Amino acid sequence: MQKVTNSACEGCELNQASNLKKLGVNIEDNNYVVALAGNPNTGKSTVFNALTGLKQHTGNWPGKTVTRAEGGYRYNEKKYKLVDLPGTYSLLSTSQDEEVARNFILFGKPDVTIIVVDASRLERNLNLVLQILEITDKAVLCLNLMDEAKRLEIEIDDRTLARDLGIPVVPTSARSKEGIPELLKIVHQVATGEIKCKPHRIKNVPKNINNAIEKLRLEIEKEYPNVPNSRWIALRLLDGDERIIEAVKTGEFITE
Amino acid sequence: MKTNKILNISNDLRWQIGEGFHDKLTEGIYSDAATIAQNSVQKKGDAKRFRFDRSLDKIVTSKVWGFPIMILILSVVLWLTIIGANYPSGLLSDLLIGNIYPWLKTIGESIGFPWWLSGFLFDGVYLALAWVIAVMLPPMAIFFPLFTLLEDFGYLPRVAFNLDHLFKKSGAHGKQALTMSMGFGCNAAGVIATRIIDSPRERLIAIITNNFSLCNGRWPTQILIASIFIGALVPENFAGAISTFAVISIALLGIFFTFMVSLFLSKTMLKGEVSSFTLELPPYRPPRFWKTIYTSLIDRTLIVLWRACVFAAPAGAVIWLISNVFIGDSNIANWMIIHLDGFGILLGLNGVILLAYIVAIPANEIVIPTILMLTVMSASITGVGSGNGVMFELDSINATGEILKAGGWTLLTAINLMLFSLLHNPCSTTIYTIYKETKSVKWTTVASILPIILGFIVCFIVAQVWRILM
Repeated sequence: MQKVTNSACEGCELNQASNLKKLGVNIEDNNYVVALAGNPNTGKSTVFNALTGLKQHTGNWPGKTVTRAEGGYRYNEKKYKLVDLPGTYSLLSTSQDEEVARNFILFGKPDVTIIVVDASRLERNLNLVLQILEITDKAVLCLNLMDEAKRLEIEIDDRTLARDLGIPVVPTSARSKEGIPELLKIVHQVATGEIKCKPHRIKNVPKNINNAIEKLRLEIEKEYPNVPNSRWIALRLLDGDERIIEAVKTGEFITE
Repeated sequence: MKTNKILNISNDLRWQIGEGFHDKLTEGIYSDAATIAQNSVQKKGDAKRFRFDRSLDKIVTSKVWGFPIMILILSVVLWLTIIGANYPSGLLSDLLIGNIYPWLKTIGESIGFPWWLSGFLFDGVYLALAWVIAVMLPPMAIFFPLFTLLEDFGYLPRVAFNLDHLFKKSGAHGKQALTMSMGFGCNAAGVIATRIIDSPRERLIAIITNNFSLCNGRWPTQILIASIFIGALVPENFAGAISTFAVISIALLGIFFTFMVSLFLSKTMLKGEVSSFTLELPPYRPPRFWKTIYTSLIDRTLIVLWRACVFAAPAGAVIWLISNVFIGDSNIANWMIIHLDGFGILLGLNGVILLAYIVAIPANEIVIPTILMLTVMSASITGVGSGNGVMFELDSINATGEILKAGGWTLLTAINLMLFSLLHNPCSTTIYTIYKETKSVKWTTVASILPIILGFIVCFIVAQVWRILM
């Protein structure tokens, strides 16, 4: 599915998208794995298609991506594998689609997680964002559907948002491919470590709970120094998550 | 063990924290989200837009107007498909069957093909393909883009919302409304779409009942038969409207059976609680018209058409073979028709129709041409058709009607054919898809057999009642 560049813009080196080569399903020997997460109906599949050149079916109803879809692209001489996860509202319950998403971010250890949010429904979408940021450090917020937000006269200060969340924020309108070149660049920079994220941690929890989390987290880190998401594991253990208890028993998440 | 130590500590800590950890954590996440959003989001004109979405939702999901609007939209889509497909269908069949077909025959002759090879290739395989393309492509090229436009606009979740409580009452999952809608395009696609249903019990119900959504391969059958037999009952001015009405009734009957069979399954083989789910009604989004048209043509129409062709070609060959291989002095097709006729008549159908449904298991699309071909052959109508096992389409709807009537068809046959087209086994692609999705021979069998048993029962009852009354 190689794209033939024919317009002057697409070949220009000032256009970052010219470094993009859509690889379709050809995803062997990739350098980086990128996960695509987000609430249902925020345009994840549209972002996925824009990056890979594949034609995942998109539609205006929640829950159309039912399993993981995978595709690839090449950017700046690096090959990326992109995994489109099912849309979920949270990662705290146990339905099948949520588990697919959560397990991939936790155990699949993607190099970068792109979190796609609906700019016109930011607050509701942030609940999932905060949960993902508890699991992974390397994330990029794709502030999608900016065209719709603009129509609703919603303005978003993406710099403040990036500062508050501690991760890069890229405004996009994936339907019209706006912001995709910027997204590619930022994902590349996070993947290569050029940009370091300092993700937000959930703050508004009662003191005794926070102490418990910290105590357990330190304990986990003492036993498994390499675990990148000890705090999340502590959270899930305290919540009595069977799957995570199982994973602690088998040591699944420390296979570095 | 160090892992046990971690688990022990976590258990102790859980006791210390007491109940409500999950809730407090969730509250924490929500209040963090609210703070962050407050700092970076500025709203100006949200209220107006929101009010528009709200008021539109109030109408399309209202108790009074929700269902009439759904039926109206379905009718408009169908009517546009019926009216719009006629002309390109005629053009395509002129080209493929009127021009290219004789040309191929001549070429075959000039190269010196033996009669059976040219019969097998051109009368069997090619004609089946040509028919499928001429009859299927135009309605699909209209139906799928219209459906995709509705989908892009955001109407489908509203349909799910409207139907939710009916599904709940039948012990099924509300999301089944979405998979059912997909089934109106293609049952195989509908079966795959059931993956959005979490509970295995409700997913099985959705898979088994998906076949009651009249699929794309069956719409043309319904439309044609309705136009010939039911449209003809009224003056010409009303024929189109009455035919559309008949087809919609069959589609609604299919929805009715979806509910009834779901209810039956959830009371017998698949007992269990109905699980609840959250369905977010997405905002209405203006669909990108040309892009939608383009992708739905490429993604859906051509893929479905390709699938139909792959299955239609060998079916065409089989039809030709059973009409030209003789046992004693009767060919296989005739022999089967005679043996099936008794049972067929009992159901208000006939042997030809039953045989056509056996031959056409791979693709519902070729039922009508098979029926025509077999009718001509078995009734030995002279002067039409092009020989044994040659599939064809007659140029006018009236001529098709004449052939069927000469083959002994009555209004009852037509109505029962429409019913049987709704209630019979899924096509082989769908059966295979069901097997792939359920990984169970048992449920695949149930999903294949159940509709056809229903079809037998319904057709039998209709035929008996009809014969008593008429």
